[in-house]
Amino acid sequence: MSKPEFVYVTYIETTPEKLWEALTSSEFTRRYWWNTSVVSDWKVGSPFALVMDGTITDVGEVLEFDPPRRLSYTFHHALSEAARKERPTRVVFHLEPAGKLVKLTLIHEDFAEGSVMLDGISKGWPAILSSLKSMLETGTALAIPPSCLGIEGVS
Amino acid sequence: MDEVFKALADPSRRSLLDRLHASNGQTLGELCDGLAMTRQAVTKHLGILEAANLVSTIRHGREKLHYLNPVPIHRIGERWIKKFERGKLTALSELKRQLEKRDE
Repeated sequence: MSKPEFVYVTYIETTPEKLWEALTSSEFTRRYWWNTSVVSDWKVGSPFALVMDGTITDVGEVLEFDPPRRLSYTFHHALSEAARKERPTRVVFHLEPAGKLVKLTLIHEDFAEGSVMLDGISKGWPAILSSLKSMLETGTALAIPPSCLGIEGVS
Repeated sequence: MDEVFKALADPSRRSLLDRLHASNGQTLGELCDGLAMTRQAVTKHLGILEAANLVSTIRHGREKLHYLNPVPIHRIGERWIKKFERGKLTALSELKRQLEKRDE
């Protein structure tokens, strides 16, 4: 059993239900995730895709859908040729009430040795989670330029 | 945000974050290895870093693994650095890095 590569945690002043909707509804994700839609019927085993401004950036399969506690999907980057050759990785969102807050833990794991995805992921998730927190707490997401990711094909 | 600045104000805690940046997901034992600090001191520092949410932990089998959690640092960057010009700062950091490399 290899250990996860990334474990990100943020505490958000919201309810697990609202946070769940923010993670699974495109109406919300487009506001804090660089205009990215999350496309799936959310049945376990169904396909999943991230679509940014009409371009599919990542694809996968729904592994767990247990609202409002646990969401997971496989994650395979579709834009960069080098990343396309790598095996799919796995993303798990874990939501736990913590007093008036919700603790959101994001685990991204199962990267290939020397994965080219590691760098983009480690820049992307902290920005996305910061923006998500701002959106839920203040109503306004952060305007982070997607070019900060340094991902081929994303400007 | 106060907790983050307080946690970052200590050089031992910054060095623990540097060690996690170099190799993410370490046990307490691995983090103590080669450090001049006692295990108790490392435990205390990790507790402060975890309370500030700069370190996240998960159970992995029998082990407790520590991860660098950059989300609060990212938020500080967004709050303070975006007020300046990010492009120029990147250029200046790069210039500093290049000049210092030449001295090595």
